[in-house]
Amino acid sequence: MTDSSKPDTGIGHDKFTSQRLRRRHRAERRFRLYGVMAVALSLCCLTALFSSVFSKAYTIFGQTEIALDIQFDQAVIDPSGKRQRKALIGADYGALIKAGLGASFPQVSGRRDKRALRQLVSSGAVYELQELVLQDPNLVDRHKRVWLAAADDVDMYRKGLIAGGAQGNGRISAKQAAWLDDLARRGQLERHFNWRFFTSGDSREPEQAGILGAAVGSLLTLLICLALAFPLGVMSAVYLEEFAPRNRWTDLIEVNINNLAAVPSIVFGLLGLSVLLGTLALPRSAPLVGGIVLALMTLPTVIIAARAALQAVPPSIREAALGVGASTQQVVWHHVLPLAMPGILTGTIIGMARALGETAPLLMIGMVAFIVDIPTGPTDPATVLPVQIFLWADAPERAFAERAAAAIIVLLAFLITMNLGAVLLRRRFEQRW
Amino acid sequence: MLKTTLTMATLITVAMTCTANTAMAREQLRIVGSSTVFPFATAVAERFGKTTGFKTPVVESTGSGGGLKLFCAGIGTGHPDIANASRRIKASEVSRCAGNGVENIVEVKIGFDGIVLASSRKTHQMPLTLKQLFLALARDVPVDGKLVANPFKAWNEIDPSLPAKKIEVLGPPPTSGTRDAFVELAMEGGAKSIPMLKAMRKADKKRFKAVAHTLREDGAFVEAGENDNLIVQKLEANPDAFGIFGFSFLDQNGDKLQGSPIGNVMPEFELIAAGSYPISRTLYFYVKKAHVGTVPGLQDYVAAFTADQAWGPDGYLADKGLIPLPAAERAKVRKQAAALANLSM
Repeated sequence: MTDSSKPDTGIGHDKFTSQRLRRRHRAERRFRLYGVMAVALSLCCLTALFSSVFSKAYTIFGQTEIALDIQFDQAVIDPSGKRQRKALIGADYGALIKAGLGASFPQVSGRRDKRALRQLVSSGAVYELQELVLQDPNLVDRHKRVWLAAADDVDMYRKGLIAGGAQGNGRISAKQAAWLDDLARRGQLERHFNWRFFTSGDSREPEQAGILGAAVGSLLTLLICLALAFPLGVMSAVYLEEFAPRNRWTDLIEVNINNLAAVPSIVFGLLGLSVLLGTLALPRSAPLVGGIVLALMTLPTVIIAARAALQAVPPSIREAALGVGASTQQVVWHHVLPLAMPGILTGTIIGMARALGETAPLLMIGMVAFIVDIPTGPTDPATVLPVQIFLWADAPERAFAERAAAAIIVLLAFLITMNLGAVLLRRRFEQRW
Repeated sequence: MLKTTLTMATLITVAMTCTANTAMAREQLRIVGSSTVFPFATAVAERFGKTTGFKTPVVESTGSGGGLKLFCAGIGTGHPDIANASRRIKASEVSRCAGNGVENIVEVKIGFDGIVLASSRKTHQMPLTLKQLFLALARDVPVDGKLVANPFKAWNEIDPSLPAKKIEVLGPPPTSGTRDAFVELAMEGGAKSIPMLKAMRKADKKRFKAVAHTLREDGAFVEAGENDNLIVQKLEANPDAFGIFGFSFLDQNGDKLQGSPIGNVMPEFELIAAGSYPISRTLYFYVKKAHVGTVPGLQDYVAAFTADQAWGPDGYLADKGLIPLPAAERAKVRKQAAALANLSM
């Protein structure tokens, strides 16, 4: 069609339309630019966040250690010579460390200086010696060079995070700095891989504190949450979607589920406090209770996601199955549910990820706590990763900032693993029609 | 696959509910309470767990008030054995305890905590008196014999000897025990040094408290949240601002921050211990006597806490920032605690 064949009623390339067209194209370009800017901005924020966390956290992998020649003196550890566990636990290992330090620095005298010298080695180092002796009681009365964790201030100083002497925060004196240089020259001061952070529970000494307790706590809590929320959520969704009649009651239930998904999480914590701890008298600080509370919180999310996934299965599949004589139950189990599974899993993972990052409801049921022992079961006292981050970020010792950042990375690793699991499961189940 | 998941889930749930009921007898101590005492209680708990045969106590940070509420809720393994507090137990809390059957409580005084006013090291140190602090931070101050909304914008308006800098103080919110103690010790102390308010205290104690305890809300005092590390970071970024927090945070950040002398006394370990630094509060913990003997290790924990190796001037709690009691008082408290002497208000 050419311009000349058209009546000139404005549809052609007159001044008006071309102007309008240009304006529309401009608007289009502008809109795309906004989109690109929004994506770029969020990427910037994300990079800023990650780089700030990683730059604080990467030093966690190294831990300064001091080698001391320890004489495992029988008279100090086990005067009776019976090697009883109780004697070995209660022995004064601090005296062995003092003796070891004395052997390395025979020139240091005076109470004050000796105390300053002792402060170089972690005050938790006594338990490292205790552990060695408990594992191998034959060590008693022998001599061994042992690598012990240095104190948090020493570690920060050697990593260049705090200055020593007069410029420092007064935690490392000029004398201590000189001793440390001396140790380094003699090969008694090295940075080793920080296995403590990955294998121990919480501690009040930053250099002894580890993430394992909180990670196990999170894992147990999430397992219980999943074991409750997933089957309950999927069954509710299947019933509501496939079997339930549409009437006022199901409408009411639907509205309530949607509302429940928007209830602030602290409310679930209060419910846990009064019902689970109060009426049912379940133990405080236990992953069991935490898991139940978080399951209540994630249940609506799972139901809503599962219903949406079930709705997305084309009716032709149901009709075909019914047509060849399958019962409704068979239709659901053999056809609809497998096809809806990818969507259900996505919804469940989103709910679980939210549960993983939750601290508010756990405060009420006593999971915001200092727990040293690594939990071995769902009724042992435990804490979870976000709580551990909160507690470390709140601690006065500066070395805990590094631990908090590292714990954030562990939490992110947890999340990424969960998401990866969801992606893999989705791939396996995914079917196209 | 789905069916097996379901059966597994049911089995796990059933198994867990069974174990939950058998695990009711408690093996470890449960401690709740103040977030200020938390760093000290946890240090003792950790060592206690490692050096004795007992399990490591579980320490929760709930705040003093929240902790005492849980503590007073009743007797039995479902309730905590010890409550930490950064203030003394109130008479109302004692009667609440008694109402729930918690009749016998042992009070253990553990030491002091200094509250410091600190600023970045990038500026000059600014010595203050309690009176100046009150005039800078109270919502209503007396000017020419009348109470008016705080007109002071800069420090030199309060006293010409102070620098011409905007008043900007970051501090804890009202839910914090540090705030309570600061208001009680510093603000009330400052208010008492002003003759007009001193007279008011005699005539109308309630009104005096209201005036002394209310901090200004016009932006000169900023509530910076419960996290003291956050205040430390903000002070570093803003050299004109001051921050209010516990002594242990100043102790850890001496390279970035300096404490302001209050009434010519520096916030230093020895001076707070000697009682000459004016803003310091006493820390306590409370033991439920009824649980002695039913929960293993309760008395041993009290003994571990009150050993000089822990709370003494050279003990490990001093390294964590706890300011010890004088030697004579330590001996007295230790004796009373060992004998489980009842609290007397």
